[in-house]
Amino acid sequence: MAFEDQLREFMKSTLGDALIREDNFREQLSFYIKPEAIFDLCQTFVEDSSLDIRFLKDITSVDWYGHEDEMADGRFEVVYNFYSLKHKSRFFVKCRLPEDNPEIVSLTPLFNAANWLEREVWDLMGITFTGHPDLTKILTADDLEGHPLRRDFPLTWEQPKFSWNMDDPPEVIK
Amino acid sequence: MSLEEKTLHINMGPQHPSTHGVLRVELDVDGETVVRAKPIIGYLHTGIEKTMESKLYYKAIPCTDRMDYLAPMSNNLGFCLSVEKLMDIEVPEKVKWARVCLTELTRLNSHLVWIGTHALDMGAMSMLLYAFRERESIIDIYEACSGQRMMSTYFRIGGLAQDLPPDFDKKVRAILADIPSKLDDYETLLTNNEIWINRTKNVAVISADDAINWGLTGPMLRGSGVNHDLRKDNPYSGYENFDFDVPLGKNGDAYDRYLIRLEEMRQSLRIIRQCLDGMPEGPYRAHVPGVVLPPKDDVLHKMESMIFHFKIITEGFNAPKGAAYVGVESPKGEIGFYIQGDGTNKPVRVRVRPPSFVNLAVLPALTEGRLFSDVVCAIGSIDIVLGEVDR
Repeated sequence: MAFEDQLREFMKSTLGDALIREDNFREQLSFYIKPEAIFDLCQTFVEDSSLDIRFLKDITSVDWYGHEDEMADGRFEVVYNFYSLKHKSRFFVKCRLPEDNPEIVSLTPLFNAANWLEREVWDLMGITFTGHPDLTKILTADDLEGHPLRRDFPLTWEQPKFSWNMDDPPEVIK
Repeated sequence: MSLEEKTLHINMGPQHPSTHGVLRVELDVDGETVVRAKPIIGYLHTGIEKTMESKLYYKAIPCTDRMDYLAPMSNNLGFCLSVEKLMDIEVPEKVKWARVCLTELTRLNSHLVWIGTHALDMGAMSMLLYAFRERESIIDIYEACSGQRMMSTYFRIGGLAQDLPPDFDKKVRAILADIPSKLDDYETLLTNNEIWINRTKNVAVISADDAINWGLTGPMLRGSGVNHDLRKDNPYSGYENFDFDVPLGKNGDAYDRYLIRLEEMRQSLRIIRQCLDGMPEGPYRAHVPGVVLPPKDDVLHKMESMIFHFKIITEGFNAPKGAAYVGVESPKGEIGFYIQGDGTNKPVRVRVRPPSFVNLAVLPALTEGRLFSDVVCAIGSIDIVLGEVDR
């Protein structure tokens, strides 16, 4: 059985109702699943050796702000990029999160790679990863407010930096 | 408190010469032993992903060079392949072969800079001068192709910016004749050098399972003996036509990564030779009206080409709704562009899967419990470019 079919069967049997739909745009397999199911799914990835999915290559996110049809499913999309070394094949797992309080469980207990990748997604897109050991800013400046990769963050907007006051220094410089 | 119990907090960087850019590492040291290492990045964050999302697909290509400025062609290739997948464009054979040839030259370029700077960090000063001398000839080829020496921006969606220069073959063959003996020289300087071996062997060790769990790619992963090279495993841009080997390490230490990078340069030369011998004739751009820019000659002489040129430059093309990702084996590891189109002429999301960023995250695991002087070796052997770590 080809890896794709094997993976489809596997996803159907492990996820059940949590599997929303499957997408095969340009022969690139992606699974849309419910965000609650992601941790258990990844745990079976790590434990099940027949598929050999131990490689988390990337975590990223998409903001659908301004796209009315997509916003109905939830504004944010978290995209996990998995790779199977044995079958030399890549697939994506995607979860949709609501606009207010986007939150998903962290994968750091399973993959060390998730640590910085999740910090980056939190920093730039503002998606909270619960259970992350050190969810702090990684790329943007310590005193920058907001999450720059959100579509409603203006492209060339700069925060005023002239508010520094000797008597009342900002939090980071104290 | 007695002196022995006290750990010392040291700040390394961001202006330290061996951090290869603006990387800061917070270190807690107990005598000579590192207790805790924490890399702090973001000093070079320029929001390249956000910038690319605000541009037409064509106009985002120059942004890709400015991330990993030591391997501009690999970044160009990653972006162009992703957009071509999104738009379902098939490029002509000649373009594929020329791209392979140039990205392999890029691998040479990047590894030469790496070997020079890494050896400099370890105290072998002369290596830097030799490596940069050889690099110069590769930079000259970039200049002949694109007019730029570092930020080449030579690839376009569906092809190349212009045809390969007439003396391309001759110039690259001169490199092929020249560099193998230079690589042998490097080997005599380093491979059996006792100081080099002492500084790099059994330093910054990572096991195969850990390397996979940390998501490492490129020489960092293959140094631990994991056979994963996207050129072999998921061939893109016609790599299946070429005959080459993927060198693997055994111990996963800095010395193995050095041997791998050296061998990769030799394999790159092999690929380049095959490219030159079999370079097909044909157009340098795909013919997809309205999406791929028409050749410059046609723009000057044909009305339709002129119109398409004007429309593509001003309005761009509308990409379908969907996400495309192609992983490319850059000198540092896997670089890939996750591009989400939405039916308009600008992407909703461009995500760069950064090899150096992911590889750098492993630094604490490589250095904690080891000697302070090994931190420099660990950073060097990861081969980071901060422009790409921070984007």
